Amino acid sequence: MSQSLTEVRGLQRINDFVVKFANVNGSGSASANTMFGKSILRMGVPVAPRNIFPSNIQGLPTWYEVRVSEAGHLGARGGVDLMVAMNPQTWDQDIRSIEPGGYLFYDSTKPMPASKFRDDIVVLGMPLTELCNAAYSDPRQRQLFKNIIYIGALSALLEIEPAVIETLLGEQYRGKDKLIAPNLEAFHMGRDYALKHLDCPIGLKVRRADQVGDRISIDGNAAAALGAVYGGASVAAWYPITPSSSLAEAFARYCQRYRVDKATGRNKFAIVQAEDELASIGMVIGAGWNGARAFTATSGPGISLMQEFFGLAYFAEIPAVIFDVQRAGPSTGMPTRTQQCDVLACAYASHGDTKHVLLFPEDPHECFTMGAQAFDLADRLQTPVFVLLDLDIGMNERLCAPFTWDDSKRMDRGKVMTAAELEAGKDFGRYLDVDGDGIPYRTYPGTHPTRGAFFTRGTSKDRYARYTEEGPAYQDNMERLLRKHDTAKSLLPRPLAHPASAPTRLGAIYYGSTSPAMDEAAGLLAEEGLPIDCLRVRGFPFHHDVAEFIAAHDQVFVVEQNRDGQLRSLLINELEVAPSRLARIVHYDGSPITARFIAGAIAKAHTQSRKVAP
Amino acid sequence: MTFLPKPKLHHPALGHNALGYTRRDYEGAISTLCAGCGHDSISAAIVRACFELDLPPHRIAKLSGIGCSSKTPTYFLGASHGFNSVHGRMPSVLTGANLANRELIYLGVSGDGDSASIGIGQFAHAMRRSVNMVYIVENNGVYGLTKGQFSATSDKGAKSKRGVVNSDEPIDMVGMALQLGATFVARSFSGDKAQLVPLIEAAIRHQGAAFIDCISPCVAFNNHEGSTKSYDFVRDHNQAVNALDVIEGREEITVDYAPGTVEMVQQHDGSWLRLRKLADEYDVHDRVAAMDYMHRRHAAGEIVTGLLYVDPAPHDLHGMLHTVDAPFNALDDAALVPGAAALEKINAGLR
Ligand SMILES: Cc1ncc(C[n+]2csc(CCOP(=O)(O)OP(=O)(O)O)c2C)c(N)n1
Ligand code: SF4
Ligand SMILES: [Mg+2]
Repeated sequence: MSQSLTEVRGLQRINDFVVKFANVNGSGSASANTMFGKSILRMGVPVAPRNIFPSNIQGLPTWYEVRVSEAGHLGARGGVDLMVAMNPQTWDQDIRSIEPGGYLFYDSTKPMPASKFRDDIVVLGMPLTELCNAAYSDPRQRQLFKNIIYIGALSALLEIEPAVIETLLGEQYRGKDKLIAPNLEAFHMGRDYALKHLDCPIGLKVRRADQVGDRISIDGNAAAALGAVYGGASVAAWYPITPSSSLAEAFARYCQRYRVDKATGRNKFAIVQAEDELASIGMVIGAGWNGARAFTATSGPGISLMQEFFGLAYFAEIPAVIFDVQRAGPSTGMPTRTQQCDVLACAYASHGDTKHVLLFPEDPHECFTMGAQAFDLADRLQTPVFVLLDLDIGMNERLCAPFTWDDSKRMDRGKVMTAAELEAGKDFGRYLDVDGDGIPYRTYPGTHPTRGAFFTRGTSKDRYARYTEEGPAYQDNMERLLRKHDTAKSLLPRPLAHPASAPTRLGAIYYGSTSPAMDEAAGLLAEEGLPIDCLRVRGFPFHHDVAEFIAAHDQVFVVEQNRDGQLRSLLINELEVAPSRLARIVHYDGSPITARFIAGAIAKAHTQSRKVAP
Repeated sequence: MTFLPKPKLHHPALGHNALGYTRRDYEGAISTLCAGCGHDSISAAIVRACFELDLPPHRIAKLSGIGCSSKTPTYFLGASHGFNSVHGRMPSVLTGANLANRELIYLGVSGDGDSASIGIGQFAHAMRRSVNMVYIVENNGVYGLTKGQFSATSDKGAKSKRGVVNSDEPIDMVGMALQLGATFVARSFSGDKAQLVPLIEAAIRHQGAAFIDCISPCVAFNNHEGSTKSYDFVRDHNQAVNALDVIEGREEITVDYAPGTVEMVQQHDGSWLRLRKLADEYDVHDRVAAMDYMHRRHAAGEIVTGLLYVDPAPHDLHGMLHTVDAPFNALDDAALVPGAAALEKINAGLR
């Protein structure tokens, strides 16, 4: 009983569309929806799935959006081509979000008044509840299989190969084989119904392609956790907070797998769920002081609580790694929405003069590499290193290059003076700049019976770690810390340039999860005759390439996901760039930034600047 | 590689311990605290305990928060690494340090403001977690370093030097430590070296969370009439439940005590505690009875001191986390990094 109010010719697109599922939180839709995305991926077509969820466990609306893009655009696109509307609560807004000519798939068990539809979309109704009620008696089964039934219908509507989904169902229930047959049955029930009663296929189609290659799909939090395992972290202290909790939990999972000593069955890791973020960072700093690699995972509110400790670690020069999975602030803000809003809070964390090292991974692949590298940097620089993820890359599975590791690589433990060196009479001054790079030597507690012990404190000290409040000694130390910060520039990942295909005086600077949307936007702008050079910043302090890039362009847009243009402020402050040289392109409604938004905003800002120019 | 200590040349009259160290080798920088400050006596007791236990000074890590009390780690164990962290957060820093290297002895020094006011949360959770450490609160019932404000252990009705009367209920850290699961709980008085030194020794020997609440008068701001943490007040109201000797496990234990008045307790590391009971009804192994006893004596206006509770077979955080014996800070790439082959398998599972 296909229900079409008026004859609308639907959108015709192959391997390039957005499907959005509107569900109720806790209805068990997540695994079915994930399988939907994965099936398209298995057909060789890149997809970018995103969870949009509220801050509760059950009952509130959730959405799952799948962008299908053979061209490989993994940023959010905006708009919906096929809405799978399973939540009456959000019906009106869901209907509104469909692109003209788009499709609506819904549960038609209860008749809906015509006023509830739009006349410029294609409506596909299927009596899902009725089908489930007829097939199952157990209410829980009715709910769970409903999800699989609509996946079956979608496979028919979009021409997803049924064998791919059958395989995925087999994989999902491996070990619980009893569940495979009923799931297959439900899948085919939905598929057969759609083939019989709906106009299959619709204008949106999935065609087998070969655009996925050897890429992997993983969420950034898990990737960062794996990076911590490979980076040699042995101590993790954390306090639960969305969207970072799954990072600590993934670390625990990977450690169970890779860090249990085979001979004794005992753990080469310690994970403490602390009483709060102050204790988390305190433990990390204590462990770092004592020579273990340690990290915490948190989000904005936790970063705020840790401030005093960051100052201590900066001033007393103790390695620490902080994964900040950013979410929209201030305060509890929008705890399940994404933003890049802790850049300044981390760059200048704590009271007094401080500057910290930041890393900006663009995707799970970089969450892994930077997650591992952060520990080398922290040890080498003897300072806190912040890895700034955000909810968008942290909590969504993202297609990315496979992880690689060089087995000949060794952990860089930095400048640690050994017992043998102390015994040989090497001069040890904890805050002595022996090599001129601002980085002093340290000793681990317990190294030597009579040499190399020192007192660590947050108060001012001289080069030999002796307490002093003498102005010159204090300044000497503060200046050395600046030299050390300068040294960091050459150790951090360099910015990556994406030059336009044609010469241009326009430039864009961006970082982190903005990456795929920016790449796509650059393409859109080029099509509109606005080629733009792009530079992706990957760390702070800024490499000198960044200043050069700004100098080389007449107009530079800083594209980011916060209200105030925090990276722009950091650029202005640190590189002493005239503020008028850097235009702010900000997106901060809590949804991931889109190419459409960036291209539109840049095009608009560009024409406006043209108008005011003499 | 191991390095044998090379003792400095010493005054011939100074005695050497089994490692060849003298008392001097356990001292630190000259104290800058007020003359007569109780905290200095506690530092001296720590020096003596470590000397008597023949501990290699460099195998001790001393950590503290902020306050006059928290400054003291500079004034003892100069050959040990020390860490003066932030106000009220020593417990977390010590916990992390302990996780990184389980082989060192961890000595946490704090004040009543540091632990009972700003740091009560961390104090409580460190006790719950059974971190293997000695945790000494140098309790003067006042913020010494910031010049005499009340702390959370100031007794209700206590009078400050400026004449202000405290109206808030005090926090009893011993009661909290007992309730939160500390496996060694004691109270002492900085002026009672004979009691304090063996308590510190026993606490160091204890392989779990050992807490000592040490009343330590502040001569600058809390040693006047009307103060309940002054030398005079504590001497007048001190009620010791037992007297303690610590006997190294390697020494022969001779049974020379009258049953009922002396009890031998063997700790997990082999050392023996010889407890001479002063209060007959007192049982150091009964957590609940200890709490009850303390409350009753407190109501009677007495300050109970001595070893209040000990669990001879304590558990500790490393045991609960099931960690390897090797210190984490010594684990190398081979031990920590799963390698390229494992990563290939992970990649394959993500396609
Ligand atoms: C976050 C923070 N707040 C306040 C202070 C100021 N402060 C330093 S020591 C102290 C009180 C210390 O009291 P206590 O722990 O009892 O030590 P005492 O000096 O009495 O030995 C305070 C409030 C600080 N250092 N840090
Ligand atoms: S102010 Fe009080 S606590 Fe501080 S050093 Fe002086 S006597 Fe000791
Ligand atoms: Mg005090």
